[in-house]
Amino acid sequence: MSGKNDNWLLRVRNLTKIYGEPDENTLNLTGPEYHSNICPATESIVACADINFDLYPGEVLGIVGESGSGKSTVVKLLHFDMEATGGSAWLRPYANGHSNILGESGQKKRTIRNHLMGMVYQNPRDGLNFKFSSGGNIAEKLIMAGNFHVGNIRNRASSLLEKTEVPVRRMDDQPSSFSGGMQQRVQIAKAIANNPPLLFLDEVTTGLDVSVQAKVLDLIRELQQDLGIAMIVVSHDLSVIRMLTDRTIVMKNGRIVESGLTDQILQDPQHAYSQLLVSSLL
Amino acid sequence: MNILEINDLSKLFQLYILNNKRIEGLKNIHFTVKEGEIVGLTGKSGSGKSSLMKCIYRTYLASSGEILYSSGAGVIDLVRADDHAIIALRKNEITYCSQFLSVIPRVPAVDVVCERLFRVEKDKDQARQKAREMLEDLGLPVELWDAFPVTFSGGEQQRINVARAIISRPRLLLIDEPTASLDPRTKDIVIRMILELKKHGTSVLCISHDEYTLERLVDRRLHLQHGEIVETALA
Repeated sequence: MSGKNDNWLLRVRNLTKIYGEPDENTLNLTGPEYHSNICPATESIVACADINFDLYPGEVLGIVGESGSGKSTVVKLLHFDMEATGGSAWLRPYANGHSNILGESGQKKRTIRNHLMGMVYQNPRDGLNFKFSSGGNIAEKLIMAGNFHVGNIRNRASSLLEKTEVPVRRMDDQPSSFSGGMQQRVQIAKAIANNPPLLFLDEVTTGLDVSVQAKVLDLIRELQQDLGIAMIVVSHDLSVIRMLTDRTIVMKNGRIVESGLTDQILQDPQHAYSQLLVSSLL
Repeated sequence: MNILEINDLSKLFQLYILNNKRIEGLKNIHFTVKEGEIVGLTGKSGSGKSSLMKCIYRTYLASSGEILYSSGAGVIDLVRADDHAIIALRKNEITYCSQFLSVIPRVPAVDVVCERLFRVEKDKDQARQKAREMLEDLGLPVELWDAFPVTFSGGEQQRINVARAIISRPRLLLIDEPTASLDPRTKDIVIRMILELKKHGTSVLCISHDEYTLERLVDRRLHLQHGEIVETALA
């Protein structure tokens, strides 16, 4: 149980995303010690660099940091929403963890995403098709994951909506007619429709009022408990991180400045920036 | 057998946001805890009792020294073990009960108590049944069992806190002021419950200011002053 570090579900090494034309000094001239992620020589922007971590099955990992620290970039790269400049990632259920998923073909990446990943975005419009009904959105995900039986799809959709406390009788309504919290819960239902071992959550409670926020947090917590889904939770809200996660990564200027158990990060932060972040907590 | 052996432990807080101010939290801490032993930590507020407990639970990162814990699977240094090993121990062997209840909103009391059981036990109803029995023992009114603990009184919250820490029968229990805001009758119940755990082999480290509790509960006391153990005494 100790010391063994081969039990990971997702392994990420040197994940890097740079916009523009970097030169060989770009990585050495950017980062928290320079308080900037813009290379002074080339003006290329280091969205994230040298990102390393292991995520274990069923584990919830938080990524915190200010706007522009690169935290969303990390999950977007891993979900193939954008292309990495460098680095590798391995996902255990794919090729038994032997193949770098970032180096796969577009078609393989779609398969990996459709079968093994779920993503919940801050803005429900990014995760849902507002032209489809809420049931249709879930069906879309199920079809992409290889389910074609209409009856099964409808049953699965209604049980997912029930789980996420969206009234099933509204299955055929478009999400545009839903409240923000309901849209978010439809998005979560869609994201977990394919039973993914890995779920990404990007600022999912931002902009929701507190009671709705509590409901969404509750749902995420329950999904984690009942289904054992591993999650990466990106948030600038430390209370969300405290409630949901076991471990936390703190990012600044595109780099990881500290990582550790969530209660340790919150109560005994080691890095100057983490101390500042925690002391700013209301 | 020692379940815990602490050698030369120190904790220095370096506060970068206060002009690199350094605060010595703990200095040269040495002690052991035997299996099935209850050790009391005493001392004034600010003497380092909670810091010590948090170093053991790894909420604080010790600056130097070692904390050797005899887990079910061998000896492990809690200062250096990787985060995943600590998470596994917290799930299965070590629980920490702080003075303050921190809960997820909108989770009923029974489920708060069950949280750790849910992680290992799949049968939720069975876990809830166990929690209800425990809350009944602790005298928490039935109508509160399905309510949200955020709204509870101090003593009610404390009982939830104690219940969730001991329900999983940890091998090592770290408990901070378990009886502070309880009436005498409930105090006795909590003391009895911890003694019951001890009978089953649980080792306990307990912070308390309450002489009544200390007298009835602990086998041995360690007294802290300015971050150092200045006195060791039998109960």
